[in-house]
Amino acid sequence: MKVIPASDSALLLVLGDAISPELHARVIGLFQALRGRHDPRIRNLHPGYTSLLVDFDARQISHEELSAIVEHAVSAEGTQPERQPNLVRVPVCYDPEFGPDLVDLASHAQIPPEEVIHIHTSATYLVYFLGFSPGFAYMGGLPEKLHMPRLATPRGHVAGGTVGIAGSQTGIYPVDSAGGWRLIGRTPWRMFDSGAEPPTRLQPGDQVQFSAIDRATFTAMAQS
Amino acid sequence: MPIRIKNPGMFSTIQDLGRYGYTHLGISPAGAADRLSLRIANLLVGNPDNVSALEMTLLGATLEFEERRIVALTGADCGAKVATSPVRLGEAVEVPAGGVLKCGGMKTGARSYLAVQGGFDVPAVMGSTATDVRGRFGGLEGRRLKAGDILPVRDAHNIRAQGLKPGALDAVSRHDTVRVTRGAQQEWFAPETFELLFSSPYSISDQSDRTGLRLKGEALRPREQSQLLTDGIPLGAMQVPQDGQPIVLFVDQQTTGGYPKIANVIMADMHHVGQLRPHEQVRFQEVTIAQAIALLQEQERWLQNAFVA
Repeated sequence: MKVIPASDSALLLVLGDAISPELHARVIGLFQALRGRHDPRIRNLHPGYTSLLVDFDARQISHEELSAIVEHAVSAEGTQPERQPNLVRVPVCYDPEFGPDLVDLASHAQIPPEEVIHIHTSATYLVYFLGFSPGFAYMGGLPEKLHMPRLATPRGHVAGGTVGIAGSQTGIYPVDSAGGWRLIGRTPWRMFDSGAEPPTRLQPGDQVQFSAIDRATFTAMAQS
Repeated sequence: MPIRIKNPGMFSTIQDLGRYGYTHLGISPAGAADRLSLRIANLLVGNPDNVSALEMTLLGATLEFEERRIVALTGADCGAKVATSPVRLGEAVEVPAGGVLKCGGMKTGARSYLAVQGGFDVPAVMGSTATDVRGRFGGLEGRRLKAGDILPVRDAHNIRAQGLKPGALDAVSRHDTVRVTRGAQQEWFAPETFELLFSSPYSISDQSDRTGLRLKGEALRPREQSQLLTDGIPLGAMQVPQDGQPIVLFVDQQTTGGYPKIANVIMADMHHVGQLRPHEQVRFQEVTIAQAIALLQEQERWLQNAFVA
């Protein structure tokens, strides 16, 4: 593990240099171990693909002291997640109105649109981290057949709940925003609710599966 | 009791010292762009330093007070007046019942802070009242203020205003040099690139806002174009996108990014970043991490001693 001073109030802990579920499990293990300390001097812990950013109050704790806490967490508690990852099954309606890029993606992959839905709902995904906007989960594990670069020009408006693909990743826009991902469907779930605890449906380290629902089910679930 | 917004100014939001513990869910810290000025305004009226106050940008708001209230303005001078009497920066003043506080344009600096005794009475969301405009929560309904908004205020009994020592604010007055430490991906950049960064002026693009300060000037290029694996971004990180024009990420920043970070503004100078205006020039000066921490502690001691005992 490399400990890099990222600022006067942040350390970047780099655990490796290649994206893999195994390395990410170590990132999550360290994240959970440090989070479990409930140390008020540590203000934010942010997992990335292969790293963990530790943001702290430099008025109250030194870089050296924090490094020692990190080293201790690594050696004493190891860097394996303390619990099994959550498996979250997210309902998605792949209606063309919700997924305007589904047909393009199908022709890019040279398969029928139904096959795109079949492949997208067959895989299990890993939430590597959240970023971009509140609750936006970057998920890896997308079958190679569905890989497709982002749009050259992002859309000015993507509705909250819309499911997209960018390169080898899939994700869900939690709130209305601009966005450049290829849109293939929409979940009726509210992925971000500032009043809920936790406020997001997905957490770093979660596993995700998508299940296809029809338009009527979508409408019923969205209303409830 | 409440205060009514007659005119919201250009971009006014309720802020405090920010929201911590949620960046792993993609939630940025938000909070005042110039946290030091918000703290001073609160301390002047006798509040704890983290109470909700009003942040105004470039053009201030006009507010009507239903009851008398002690208030204080800090940060950029917005030429504020109650009726015809000017309101001085850095002083607790009384606005009478029915009084109208009119804040105007800021000639220097970008943000003014208005603290009211007791603070604004808005609910905390995830431990903070700061407005998160992108996420649409916090502050007043998660948005910038508009004309006709009613801002409830908390009870102000038994709170005593205090005064700054003469000249105290000089120690934190604006300057056009912002100090930085080298960033998480410093090894991606050659020594000549750092020389360029520390010797050239950069101007503030008018595309800048609370998510980031976009800079225009000498392009900074990494040694080679390689792909960074997305990682978490500290507050004040200076990232370098492909066009080489650096961006200083700020209070409403995205929490992750895939561009290399060449430098990071020191916490003791973040308040300067919050006061930079579009088209202004800024220079960056390097300090060590140890110097940055010493400067932060010095600033904290200054604040403890800035008020008349």
